[in-house]
Amino acid sequence: MSSVLLDARSLVKNFGGLTAVANVSVHFDQNELVGLIGPNGAGKTTLFNLLTGETPVSSGSISLATDRGVQSLNGRSPAQIAQAGISRTFQNIRLFKELTVLDNVRIAMTNHYREGFLTSILRLPKYYRTEREMTAAAQRLLAIFDLTAVADQPAKNLPYGTQRRLEIVRALATKPKLLFLDEPAAGMNPEETADLTRLIRQIQHDFHITVVLIEHDMSLVMDVCERLYVLEHGGLLATGTPAEIQRDPAVIKAYLGGD
Amino acid sequence: MRFSSRVKSNLAWLGVMVSGFVIIDGLEVARVINPFIENMLVTIGINVILAVGLNLIIGFAGQFSLGHAGFMAIGAYATGIMTQTMSTPLGFFLSMGVGMVLAMVAAVIVGIPTLRLRGDYLAIATMGAAEIIRILINNLKITNGAAGLFNIPALVSWATVYVLMCVTTLVTVNFIHSRGGRAVMAVREDELAAGAMGINTTRWKLAAFVFGAATAAIGGSLHAAYIQTIAPDDFNIMASIAILIIVVLGGVGSITGTFVAAIVLSVLDTVLQNFGTIRMIIYSLALILIMIFKPTGLLGSWEFSFKRVFSRREVTSHE
Amino acid sequence: MQTFGQQLINGLSLGSIYALLALGYTMVYGIIKLINFAHGDIYMLGAFWGYYSINYFHFNFWLALFSAMVVCAIIGVVIEYFAYRPLRHSARITALITAIGVSFLLENGMSYLVGANARSFPQAIRVVTYHWLGLRVSNIQLLILGTACALMILLELIIKRTKMGKAMRAVSVDPEAAQLVGINLNQTISFTFALGSAMAGAAGVLIGLYYNSIDPLMGMTPGIKAFVAAVIGGIGSVPGASLGGFIIGLLETAVQAVGLSAYKDAVVYFVLIVILLVLPAGIFGKRTREKV
Repeated sequence: MSSVLLDARSLVKNFGGLTAVANVSVHFDQNELVGLIGPNGAGKTTLFNLLTGETPVSSGSISLATDRGVQSLNGRSPAQIAQAGISRTFQNIRLFKELTVLDNVRIAMTNHYREGFLTSILRLPKYYRTEREMTAAAQRLLAIFDLTAVADQPAKNLPYGTQRRLEIVRALATKPKLLFLDEPAAGMNPEETADLTRLIRQIQHDFHITVVLIEHDMSLVMDVCERLYVLEHGGLLATGTPAEIQRDPAVIKAYLGGD
Repeated sequence: MRFSSRVKSNLAWLGVMVSGFVIIDGLEVARVINPFIENMLVTIGINVILAVGLNLIIGFAGQFSLGHAGFMAIGAYATGIMTQTMSTPLGFFLSMGVGMVLAMVAAVIVGIPTLRLRGDYLAIATMGAAEIIRILINNLKITNGAAGLFNIPALVSWATVYVLMCVTTLVTVNFIHSRGGRAVMAVREDELAAGAMGINTTRWKLAAFVFGAATAAIGGSLHAAYIQTIAPDDFNIMASIAILIIVVLGGVGSITGTFVAAIVLSVLDTVLQNFGTIRMIIYSLALILIMIFKPTGLLGSWEFSFKRVFSRREVTSHE
Repeated sequence: MQTFGQQLINGLSLGSIYALLALGYTMVYGIIKLINFAHGDIYMLGAFWGYYSINYFHFNFWLALFSAMVVCAIIGVVIEYFAYRPLRHSARITALITAIGVSFLLENGMSYLVGANARSFPQAIRVVTYHWLGLRVSNIQLLILGTACALMILLELIIKRTKMGKAMRAVSVDPEAAQLVGINLNQTISFTFALGSAMAGAAGVLIGLYYNSIDPLMGMTPGIKAFVAAVIGGIGSVPGASLGGFIIGLLETAVQAVGLSAYKDAVVYFVLIVILLVLPAGIFGKRTREKV
């Protein structure tokens, strides 16, 4: 029996008069692969943004199991939440475009290395040591995901599918316990999607982390996810294993419409 | 014995800095450099210091500051006031240190609230903050109000400016190529994504801003001690804009470009001295034309690197 | 109470000049996101046109005002065509430096052509001072206030009621989408510059009449203040610019009235910073949130 990693209770988000997320409770367990599905405008990305601190919640509580016990994430900034162990990718790729692939990854490691200001500007021996260690760690990650060859390229020069892959690598470089992927297969051809499926499995297997993904590609979701949450109109419609969800009459109705 | 390209490039830069010094010194001794040219060289040096710091803020951290002259004023007045009673080189460096600390404190006070603003809003807020600093100086007794300070002891030679220019540039470039420099550039590239990767964006923006303010204070101190006369109007909006022009003309995000632009503009200015009143007309036309035909500045974001030169050579020699 | 009323009138007159100038900044910024640094110098050119047209062509005030607006509109369009249009797809900071270059060019060009000295503006209208409830109001002040308000209402009508105004609003929201629905981008931007510059030209003639002294560098400080006004009001918003102009005019007069004239600009900038901290997009500005 795995223990709960992230527990979100009764989340509500109002934008003016519009309720984007209405009383949603979700939990993600250690080393679990969870899918978040639902029609467009169901509040999936908003839910991600609430959980990563990008948008503050109107009400509800979020807590994360960390090395130092269970911590509340309410009111924390995205940076603090990232440091607590949650990382993410974005629906519209948000890489550091002008910087190299290597730098994109090294930046995500910033908080795992300490270096004093004087060490940096005077290039004390510790500077060279930190640089060597960061670069080696980044190169290791890039090697795992077949990005070594493009390490010195600016991120903007990569093909679309590779950019998506790099964004996942960058997120992993923060050493998260929980990784949110926002539509990782969007805009990919079937071949790229198949690669991605392998990649997600590999991440969960090699890094022992929890992966939560928003996805419209049902074959991908049904293939990799162990458990699904279905959102509709900002509310939670159903939850269960892929097989259960596929049989759920409410879900079928929401997706196929009609009475 | 074979050196790595890192050691070679460090030695090459040291060589460039030392030979630059030796050449200028030789020309001074040979009396090729008259006071007029020396003045030009010192202006270039001070402008490089000012513009490198501003380029860190604008080009690398992506924060549009229009208030650089305000921090420069703090350094200049610290030196102008303190060296009246401590007229020694030690006194100068002490005053420069005090100026830097004061400028950094001012940058924290200005930066914490305003760095939340974006783009042009930040520009206008920093411009306002710099103007507030200037108006305070204009009305204080210790700064001698609008008349300013004169007869500031001449404690600075071209050599002091040269050495401080090298040190400031070196320190800035080292910062850019460190863990902190990359964090700062991540904020420029995508603040939201940087935050999601655990980068404390406010802290790194402020770090770059405070760093830039400290270098501006160095430039101000040197200006005060070399020119020997300062007045609040030397540090108005137009002074901030003059530094901005060097940064943009050289290429936002290129330290090499900042050097090139500072030299080009100073030489242009010196040559145009002979043209009398139409000098500023030619200057402004040149500015417009360069921007239209070279919108990314003279060098874009290109950076000269010995390390690249050497590692390229290593690669070719292996082949 | 009396001095308060008096200062209110002085502040409103000054404010209406800032407001006229701020309109140009806000419209240009709204449409091409450029801080048109040369805008204050267009106002200077307007003042000089007024000076020459009254002295040498013997125009009356209204004709001078109208012709200054036309001349400045043309100058604004020409500047946009030659200096800003080639940079429309460049980084915004590049266009800003070009605008600064244009500003230097206009200031120094005029200093070269007419000399840098200040000269007195012809008295096109005889000053009459009315005494009313213990207040002194000159006909010039009323004229400035009246003309400025009339022009602002006219501008609001153009933007809200005409086809061109609709095109301007569309371009400021989304230039690409506007082009897709058949709006001529270049024409719309030129029109915006013409309108904004005409307002600046009018402000120049009015200020000449009010302060009675003009010089080639007169546009610098009011230009920056007017931009501050536009930012306070919410840059891109036409009513915001008017409001911002009046706020700055009143603020300056009030600070002067309490005997702190040395700190008048500092107070303006301080208020600017405070307003931006509370309302990061100005009073009427729309806060746009980045979509993730």
